[in-house]
Amino acid sequence: MVQPLLALRGVSKRFAAVQALVDVELEIRAGEVVALVGDNAAGKSTLVKVISGVGPADRGVVEWEGRTVQIRSPQDAQALGIATVYQDLAMCGNLDVVANLYLGREIHRFGVLDEVEMERRTRELLQTLSIRIPDVRAPLATLSGGQRQVVAITRSFLDPPRLLLLDEPTASLGIEQTNQLLDLIEELRDRGAGVLLISHNMGDIKAVADRVAVLRLGRNNGLFNVSTTSQEQIISSITGAVDNTAAHRPANPEEVWP
Amino acid sequence: MKGRRAGAGTSGSEPPAGRRGGGGRRGRLRAYVDAGRRRLHEGELGPAPALLALAVTWTVFQGLNENFLSPRNLSVLSVDIVGTGMVAVGVVFVLLIGEIDLSVGSLAGLSGALFAALNVNLGMAEWLAVLLAVACGAATGAVHGFFFTKIGVPAFVVTLAGLLAWNGLMLFLLGPEGSISFSDDGLVATLTSRYFGAAAVTYGLAVLGTAGYVLVAFRDRRRRGAAGMPYRPVGEIWARAVLLAVVAFTTVYVLGRFEGLPLALLIFLGVIVASDLCLRRTPYGRQVLALGGGVEAARRAGVDVAHVRITVFLVSGTLAAVGGLFVASRLTSATQVPGSGMLLINAIAAAVIGGTSLFGGRGSTWSALLGVLIIQSIASGMALLGVQPAVQFMITGGVLLTAVALDSLARHAAESRGRA
Repeated sequence: MVQPLLALRGVSKRFAAVQALVDVELEIRAGEVVALVGDNAAGKSTLVKVISGVGPADRGVVEWEGRTVQIRSPQDAQALGIATVYQDLAMCGNLDVVANLYLGREIHRFGVLDEVEMERRTRELLQTLSIRIPDVRAPLATLSGGQRQVVAITRSFLDPPRLLLLDEPTASLGIEQTNQLLDLIEELRDRGAGVLLISHNMGDIKAVADRVAVLRLGRNNGLFNVSTTSQEQIISSITGAVDNTAAHRPANPEEVWP
Repeated sequence: MKGRRAGAGTSGSEPPAGRRGGGGRRGRLRAYVDAGRRRLHEGELGPAPALLALAVTWTVFQGLNENFLSPRNLSVLSVDIVGTGMVAVGVVFVLLIGEIDLSVGSLAGLSGALFAALNVNLGMAEWLAVLLAVACGAATGAVHGFFFTKIGVPAFVVTLAGLLAWNGLMLFLLGPEGSISFSDDGLVATLTSRYFGAAAVTYGLAVLGTAGYVLVAFRDRRRRGAAGMPYRPVGEIWARAVLLAVVAFTTVYVLGRFEGLPLALLIFLGVIVASDLCLRRTPYGRQVLALGGGVEAARRAGVDVAHVRITVFLVSGTLAAVGGLFVASRLTSATQVPGSGMLLINAIAAAVIGGTSLFGGRGSTWSALLGVLIIQSIASGMALLGVQPAVQFMITGGVLLTAVALDSLARHAAESRGRA
């Protein structure tokens, strides 16, 4: 069996008295879209922050292509090729589109920012992704919510990621932009990257995800093959109508791999 | 900076071809007007209110006393602003990351006292004493940054403690007499007493400054053109160059009619240009601005937040120390005056009046120059008119309140626009 791109083994995280994640297991293979679903406070965003290095886990092992890695900071995650689009966007409203895209990885020549090169690549990338932003030099605060979301997503494509984490990416997007994003996700998967998609929208999940992992109250509560599982089955796992805690480690792992 | 953004703003919305084709002078003019209106609407006023305030201040005082804009008064003014101005440049850095440094006045006082104590009392060479005084400012600034960043004490409290502690150390160094006079022909005294009178030198500098701007602007234009991106039209570059030249040559001419171009002003301008380039053109500066725009966003993007924060306080402490030396130089003695609180208030007020936001992320070090010019002009004009300081305080307070109110309104405008 091919080693998964990313594997979490027994990951736990606690915030003061709240146990946000308990022994969570998750595997994402290269060329696969895994949807992560769960009710509010199920620990989805916390899990994303564990993987992206913003909020490392207290316990548990993170494996990258089969070997154990430490992701202690966003830089560690970036170095592995993990890109993240956060739910709360995490963009600087006072900086323009170009500056936001390149924040933390500015292109410079002899210590001086190479604005021309950064802007050129930004325009190129936006064109490749067929994204329309009226003015790449406008401060982000002057853009609409949807446009900012698009910029946040664009940022994760700057260096083609090996693993893309998307936390509710379609929440503030219109229909056309959503379809565009789903196309992007599929393109990324076809190029052999892994994608972890957090979403409340079953339509989006049905459209692009290969597998669905359910979190409930910080624990695994099921792992489903999207093409063979009914929506009702997934939703009942989310709400806790069905307790699937044992199902997160299927007897025959090949069964859930599409 | 203001105009660059405006220019880029209008250009970005059009395809490059339309820009290059020109679209006629009228179309371009309308684009500028639109950009201006958009900025007004979004509350991004930049230095415009400060420039307006300066113009009003100068017009009013010139109307009341014809000596106000005399070469002599302007010359004195141009040296008087440097001490506070240097401190204000450091304050701009701290404001940009959305924090405050209340210790800069005390640090300025400490720097002057340390220099005088080392030089006069211990007989240390002047250059070494200067170096140690500035290093002391840098070190104390870094200590403030450390307590703020690593221990988690709010910057307000750390620097308030600094204000008290360093003021105490300054009083201790100054001894029972409360001041130490030093040589009036030494290195530090020269900082504010040296003037460049030779026309070749002063006009040469003005030419050099303008030419430098034109060269950089055209180089940028060529690179953008080569990359197939919208670029600034030639007319706009020349218009800016002419404006810059007018300001530079007028300054040189007017100051030349008194004693010449003051060394202190040149150093001040050098520090502003250097720090402005650092903030706008280097990865470090970009990260400073990012912190002001959102600490969490910067952290997630991979910015070393602790490093940026500590160095910002280090810069603030260093420039406070440098400013302190200029203040001492003006009096050729280290006194308790800088630690008294007025320097701190004026420095922060100058940064804010000049257009740097108290809320972080917006501003430039040029606002230190603009703000300190306004504050010092009011002080100088009042002194000329023989108005008592009480009135001067009230007027400066009013100007400060207006500046902060504008800043807050701009912030609201930007936020409501962002939510839409």
